Amino acid sequence: MSPKRGYLLLEDGTVFHGRSVAAPGAAFGEAVFTTAMSGYQETVTDPSYAEQLVCFTAPMVGNYGVADERDESGRPHARAALMRQLGGREWADWLTEHGLVGLEEIDTRALVLKLRDAGAMRAVAVADEAELPVEDALEQVRAQPSMEGQALVADVSTPEPYVFAKEGAVRVALVDYGTKRSISRRLAHAGAAVTVFPHSAQPDELAEFDGVVLSNGPGDPEPLAAEVEAVRRLLGRVPILGICLGHQLLGLATGHRTFKLPFGHRGANHPVLDRRTGRVLVTSQNHGFAVEPSEDREATHVSLYDGTVEGFDFPELRARSVQFHPEAGPGPHDAWPILESWVEELRG
Amino acid sequence: MPRRDDLESICVIGSGPIVIGQACEFDYAGCQALKVLREEGYRTIVVNSNPATIMTDPGFADRTYIEPLDLEGVASVLERERPDALLPTLGGQTALNLAVALAEAGALDDLGVELIGAPVDVIRRAEDREEFKRAVESCGLRVPDSTIVTSLDELEGIATPAVVRPAFTLGGHGGGFAEDAAGLRHQVERGLAESPIAQVLVEESVRGWDEFELEVIRDRADNVVVVCSIENLDPMGVHTGDSVTVAPQMTLSDEAYQELRDAAAAVIRAVGVETGGSNIQFARSRETGELRVIEMNPRVSRSSALASKATGYPIAKVAAKLAVGYTLDEIPNDLTKTTPASFEPTLDYVVVKFPRFAFEKFPGADQRLGTQMKSVGEAMGIGRTFTEAFLKAFGSRELDPGSPTPWPSLALEDVPEGVHPWFLEQLAKAHEELASGDLWRAKRAGWGDDSIGAAWGLTGHEVRARRHAEGVRPSFRRVDSCAGEVEAGSNYLYSTWGEQDEAAPAGDEPRVVIIGSGPNRIGQGIEFDYCCVHAAQTFRSLGYEAVMVNCNPETVSTDYDTSDRLYFEPLSPEEVLAVCDREQPVGVVTQFGGQTPLRLARHIEEAGYRILGTPHEAIDLAEDRERFGSLVEELNVQCPPWAIVASADDALLAAARIGYPVLVRPSYVLGGRAMRVCYDDRQLEDAMAAVLGSVLLDRFVENAIELDVDALCDGEEVYIAAVMQHVEEAGVHSGDSACVLPAPSLTLAAALEVEHVVKRLGPALGVVGLLNVQLAIADGTAYVLEANPRASRTVPFASKSIGVNLVEAACRLATGAKLRDLQLPTPRPAQVSVKAAVLPFSRFPGADPVLGPEMRSTGEVMASAADLPTALAKAERAAGRPLPTSGTAFLSVRDEDKPAAVAVAAALAGLGFELVATEGTARTLRAAGLEIGDVAKVADASGGEETVVDLVRRGRCDLVINTPQGSGARADGYLIREAALVARVPCVTTISGAAAAVHAIANARAESALSLQERIGIEA
Repeated sequence: MSPKRGYLLLEDGTVFHGRSVAAPGAAFGEAVFTTAMSGYQETVTDPSYAEQLVCFTAPMVGNYGVADERDESGRPHARAALMRQLGGREWADWLTEHGLVGLEEIDTRALVLKLRDAGAMRAVAVADEAELPVEDALEQVRAQPSMEGQALVADVSTPEPYVFAKEGAVRVALVDYGTKRSISRRLAHAGAAVTVFPHSAQPDELAEFDGVVLSNGPGDPEPLAAEVEAVRRLLGRVPILGICLGHQLLGLATGHRTFKLPFGHRGANHPVLDRRTGRVLVTSQNHGFAVEPSEDREATHVSLYDGTVEGFDFPELRARSVQFHPEAGPGPHDAWPILESWVEELRG
Repeated sequence: MPRRDDLESICVIGSGPIVIGQACEFDYAGCQALKVLREEGYRTIVVNSNPATIMTDPGFADRTYIEPLDLEGVASVLERERPDALLPTLGGQTALNLAVALAEAGALDDLGVELIGAPVDVIRRAEDREEFKRAVESCGLRVPDSTIVTSLDELEGIATPAVVRPAFTLGGHGGGFAEDAAGLRHQVERGLAESPIAQVLVEESVRGWDEFELEVIRDRADNVVVVCSIENLDPMGVHTGDSVTVAPQMTLSDEAYQELRDAAAAVIRAVGVETGGSNIQFARSRETGELRVIEMNPRVSRSSALASKATGYPIAKVAAKLAVGYTLDEIPNDLTKTTPASFEPTLDYVVVKFPRFAFEKFPGADQRLGTQMKSVGEAMGIGRTFTEAFLKAFGSRELDPGSPTPWPSLALEDVPEGVHPWFLEQLAKAHEELASGDLWRAKRAGWGDDSIGAAWGLTGHEVRARRHAEGVRPSFRRVDSCAGEVEAGSNYLYSTWGEQDEAAPAGDEPRVVIIGSGPNRIGQGIEFDYCCVHAAQTFRSLGYEAVMVNCNPETVSTDYDTSDRLYFEPLSPEEVLAVCDREQPVGVVTQFGGQTPLRLARHIEEAGYRILGTPHEAIDLAEDRERFGSLVEELNVQCPPWAIVASADDALLAAARIGYPVLVRPSYVLGGRAMRVCYDDRQLEDAMAAVLGSVLLDRFVENAIELDVDALCDGEEVYIAAVMQHVEEAGVHSGDSACVLPAPSLTLAAALEVEHVVKRLGPALGVVGLLNVQLAIADGTAYVLEANPRASRTVPFASKSIGVNLVEAACRLATGAKLRDLQLPTPRPAQVSVKAAVLPFSRFPGADPVLGPEMRSTGEVMASAADLPTALAKAERAAGRPLPTSGTAFLSVRDEDKPAAVAVAAALAGLGFELVATEGTARTLRAAGLEIGDVAKVADASGGEETVVDLVRRGRCDLVINTPQGSGARADGYLIREAALVARVPCVTTISGAAAAVHAIANARAESALSLQERIGIEA
């Protein structure tokens, strides 16, 4: 069977032709790109990529196959993988098996330059142009909601609490807004017993733990009023560590403002300055929304790319957060100590 | 942390002559560093013995010292200049070793010079096997286990498989791989016998493991970034310089890659590099994922140059800024300008490097690849996919047809053993795409027009025509270090297929395209890069946009700072014409890149582009012997009798007419490939058997003074810039011969004759730009041996000797200026300058280390002094062969040289040397009244008797003078020369060279270092 010709269509009408290497069908979502050079399986299984079509800037994707332990959640969340060249059959089979559209031969660099200049866009990845002509697709793309204002955590959060790691010197509650397994793993590795709670967990319940981690997750933080309120009610009662969306929720809960980045930060090479030490961390990032730049003392970390707030510390509230992913998976391990030292502090 | 204001002046050490393992990459690094340090307002001083470097140009530093890179040479510069700091991390191992030597000698303390970039204890920790092992183990990592063994009793408990490396043997000779205990015993026995100190190192074998390198940078605030990962296609066991490498790494998962990244950061911290870049090499078992840390270079390296070109992240520039106090977040990313250097480049393309070998120059040499580097250059390809990059790099090697090399073809069966299956899969796919018969598919896989043509039964030209008819043209993309995430005004481009083109050039300035010289090889190296870089600078200063095309990642020309736009592309008609089509230049510059651009000139003219300066016609006229023969006849200029022959029979007939000896050479080649001097029919028959196609026979002018002349011509007038005399006799390739400027043995009459000849040749050839003429003066007649209407290898040496930038002048002529407009000064160098060649024999055990008509040197050094002996002695020091001033000299010369050897021997005796000689030579010398010790030839020795080889090996000989006796005595002579090479005893293989050496030993004076600026009377 010869591969089907597919395409990616952006809401502005731009078409990128490609070759289908995975599942049939049409995948609607927001077209975004990640500049991480490895970790494709981790990327598409990261719930923060929910409802997104991920373009990999890495020239070849799928080179080293797949492995179950690389899954960052129970299933893929991204809806399509857009690649310049497929690097191995195993990856294509995995995408197919999981129902993701996969296109190779996409001019990914042109797509990236487009998204960089025009901003992330609604789009559709179509596996077979014969099944859905571009003209029909465009209408449907434009009928999709924008990512702005979308609350997506309910779709990806665990419905019930569960225990990830039973034994540990401290007990940590992890609020799952779309958490990555690497977060639980690093917490457990640092010596914490980890219980994962749904996004709607009650503050009183969470406050019984030695510490609460607010996880990463997809979508816009602003419409998450209930979650923000829950965080606000937790403040001061228990040590809090926010990661990614968790950082944005903490920001909103403490009076900071968030906004949609033009095309997001997604990659494994973003420099973040720790204002307190002058040290730079090379970080793993994946966020389409960010906390507005702030000169406030609590804004401890700042992006060296655009000045957005990459970290908070509220010592009096025992709350802190980072916009980037200290758990890595994929990406550099430079920020592992943030998780480790937080658990260490909980031990007292 | 801001710039250090407590420093005012900084001295940078270069890496000296180009040798295998240390090439142009350190000129690139040095230039970047000097640029940065000057911008930062520091007074800069540079020391380097290599005149062909850009970094030693008078405008690049405040004070430039072309001095030997030995303790004495650098110390004398430091004494004179008293810099506040010394930066040794940009000049390769040479500079690092010097820094340690200077520190150990107390020179740095005495002079109050601070070592910046890498303190001595850090250098030691990275270099010393034991200290490095401790540092690595302190971060929970491992180096391969190793044990020093001096007897077979010590093998207990050593695990196999293992590698046995004998100490102090040439090219690791006598070493090997042991699968099991019995094999180990056998290998160690052999290794102990081979090692002159009966010592071997037995090392845990990681043969066949995958090899990765990470380029890491650390700053004073302990920030660490990994600039680039590099994966070797050839697995462990092959030196990384000889491996095909790819960036970014292709086969590791994220978790495996992050493990390497963590290890690299841990190692740079444990070793303690505080500011600057390091290269860390890892072996990783494909099966178990086990890691070993193989090596670390606490400095910029060949790999860091590759990483810089691969990513657009200028490691040397950043390292220099870090050394003077900045932190990574304070340094802007050069390409984006808006983001800092404290990030890790991400690539949306693939880069492949191919090594370039020159085994054809070293017949008899062991061609197996191992842990000693043997390649002489490299080419890099950039593509959007692995195969595109791979095929570009593969084709960029510019191999001479039939040259022996690893990866001789793209056939899958020619892929070396041990290559990761992923790469094989990709290559197999590329072959499928080629077989598809679809132009777009073949181009997108990376196949060049010539390869497509070969597969489809067309010429490359026909494929191109078909492509153009179908609108199949390349597009150009930028290297921006960030995969497009941040807007970058990058001027660094590569071609690909079927994608959007990024911003074609705009602007009103006329454009010139400068064709670079491709991978370094013997006969074509850094000299031509020097010329190309100067051409770019000159055209820019004249109001043109300079566009560079080249594929050598080591060079200054492929620094995107050098030109207005850099196209990192193979130098074949397809890619060069595509660049021209895009740039629409007013002219293309082909006279500065050696042979490579000349091969393209015809295609360029046929495509309708203009060659700036000397037209291609002049090249053809000079290289076509028939046409050149008639031309010199018309001009009434002498050249040795010659003939063009196609067979051995023709050759014998022609030789009878011309008269022996004859020089045999195939036409249209640089570096004297396959050239030989034949003295009789038998030798001529031999020589003819080794060549294909038509061959040029020249009468070989014996007992001549050989001259190299560099001149400029504007089409009418000629400016004689430099007349250089070769030290070695005719028959030694001009590139391998030492040469002297001004020519010491030239009579006034002969000088005028030479001038006369060159002045007639220039306009007659139609030269507009540079002209090089080689002449032989014999019996008062000047014979023209060769005329090259292009930049020659001696241009940088000549420019620096006389203080005139010849390339700049040539570029001005090419744009229409006349010589009289340039008002060049009459060259009257106040000092004598000597250029000496550096030869790579120690890398090629099995090949005879003797000079001949085939060029084999990889690099050169320059030394200047008030008189010739002093300059010559200094040049020999700079070349790493310091002449002895006392001790024992061994002589063994062929019969023709015996009369001349008497004077040499007498002079040595007069200087207090003890003399020993083999029988024949001893007889002649004794007959002349000299006292000579006996020593047996190896061939004659009957057990127990001390041979000359023993003498050399045991360190009881300080100078070897050994001229080869035809092929008969070759074996013995070879053993002597090889022993000298191993023992690092200066070995002179020509009698004229010997005479010059003895003259230098007798008359060299101590002279303090003088900067280039002072010498040529300019103030920086």
